[in-house]
Amino acid sequence: MLTDITLGQYFPGNSPIHNIDARVKIVLLFIYIVAVFLFDNRINYGIMTAGAVGVVLLSGLPLGTVLKSIKPLWWIILFSFGIHLFSTPGEPIFKVWNFAMTKEGIIQGFIISLRLVLMIAVSSLLMFTTSPLKLTDALESLMSPLKKIGFPAHELAMMMTIAMRFIPTLLEETDKIIKAQQSRGSDIGDGNFLQRAKGMIPVLVPLFISAFRRADELAIAMEARCYQGGVDRTRMKQQRLHDIDFWAGGIFGVFLISLIVVQFVL
Amino acid sequence: MSIELKNISYTYMPKTPFERLALDDISITIPEGKITAIAGHTGSGKSTLIQHFNGLLKPNKGTILVDGVDISKKNSEAKAARRKVGIVFQYPEYQLFEETIAKDIAFGPANIGCSEEETMERVKQAMAFVNLDYDKYAHRSPFQLSGGQKRRAAIAGILALQPKYLVLDEPTAGLDPKGRESLMEKFRKFHKERDITIVLISHNMDNIASYADNVIILNKGKVTLEATPEEAFSQKELISEAGLELPEVKSIMNELARNGLDIQNEAFTMDKAVQEIIEALRRKGKC
Repeated sequence: MLTDITLGQYFPGNSPIHNIDARVKIVLLFIYIVAVFLFDNRINYGIMTAGAVGVVLLSGLPLGTVLKSIKPLWWIILFSFGIHLFSTPGEPIFKVWNFAMTKEGIIQGFIISLRLVLMIAVSSLLMFTTSPLKLTDALESLMSPLKKIGFPAHELAMMMTIAMRFIPTLLEETDKIIKAQQSRGSDIGDGNFLQRAKGMIPVLVPLFISAFRRADELAIAMEARCYQGGVDRTRMKQQRLHDIDFWAGGIFGVFLISLIVVQFVL
Repeated sequence: MSIELKNISYTYMPKTPFERLALDDISITIPEGKITAIAGHTGSGKSTLIQHFNGLLKPNKGTILVDGVDISKKNSEAKAARRKVGIVFQYPEYQLFEETIAKDIAFGPANIGCSEEETMERVKQAMAFVNLDYDKYAHRSPFQLSGGQKRRAAIAGILALQPKYLVLDEPTAGLDPKGRESLMEKFRKFHKERDITIVLISHNMDNIASYADNVIILNKGKVTLEATPEEAFSQKELISEAGLELPEVKSIMNELARNGLDIQNEAFTMDKAVQEIIEALRRKGKC
């Protein structure tokens, strides 16, 4: 069944990582990613990996789930590993035609792969531990300084919220329509490519019609409640920083300082 | 023959945190040639249950026999058995997609391999049955119709498959009282003339009272009652436990009896109730 797919990837929970303010999480994630690509000391790679593993453990999510998030990008990682393997100058170990595999290449390839893995794993962790709603709220709040130069931060966040809100609804609807058409003897998903594409029409047409209808209804409902975009809107849930956010910031600060010390002093 | 369900259980999203048991060991029989009503509160598993009748959902446990054939098999016999069951889903008008009404109704028959003439014939018959004039409507877009007409066009799309068992999931939801009654009358006519077995899913007990021969009541994925309407409506506690209400007529009759009017209190349709009341008043000598 289509609705079996969990979208948005959010795993509800009550760990310290879940409870950190989404804005703090986004900012720290951003700094972490920059750090991953900035520091190239071997001890630092160890510290950064340990940091990532520590955060995953703290989140209470199974390590396997987080590692699974790397799967879609597996080929990119492998590809960049291969490129580095053969394109780094140094002491050759193995030669294929004009390309030499170097010892430095192996090390460089490992480092790049590690960087990518760390980046993906930690970003996925943000998605796993933050509800989509909190995420968009945080993005709006982080982008709000840009409103001064006419950037539609609120509208963008609203669009994202609505889009995400309707993913499960539309999935459910698709499921219903597929079943209704199957009951009329249609074999959706059978046959060759052309037949399958044709088989999608009885599903897509009603789905689009219903999506437009829902959009229309939602627009009217929002207008009826005097929705007016971002101007002077207050919120029901004020985003406030709590102790845990300062702790998170503090611990991350210590982490960052130790990275800098290792990089430049040692 | 009949549709027989034996020990059906179904779980949504098994082995995830969202796991939910929707049907719990259900065994029922839908007898041929009758109108069977399945009633239950929202979330009692009605819609899940009927999706098993033609194999849209496969039970985690149990077997389903349509006219004695196990429909879970992959042979052509099982496929033919699945096709004996036509399901009209809730709000069927949301499944319309073709350019013209005639084409949309022809979708089903064409899918099951009817010839062009046969399909044409079936489309005409189905449209006649739902009171959509062929000459006037056949070549219009289904999206130009009114809500009630759309509903009828969509129902015609299922009728054109000429199912032996017709399953209706809340067929009158969202219609006005007049449209509700005329649609139900059409189904009754269809049932009588074609000798079609009808399964009516509803939580409108008044509808069930006026049309059903059998009542099956579901509560939290379990069958709590399988009986004739007379028997069912006499078990007030069971019905309210399932989150349902007695038919209005029946509640009025209950009140009258409680207040000392000497009625038989067997009626649950308007006509019979009026008769009972007149009889009771006669006996009292007031009429």
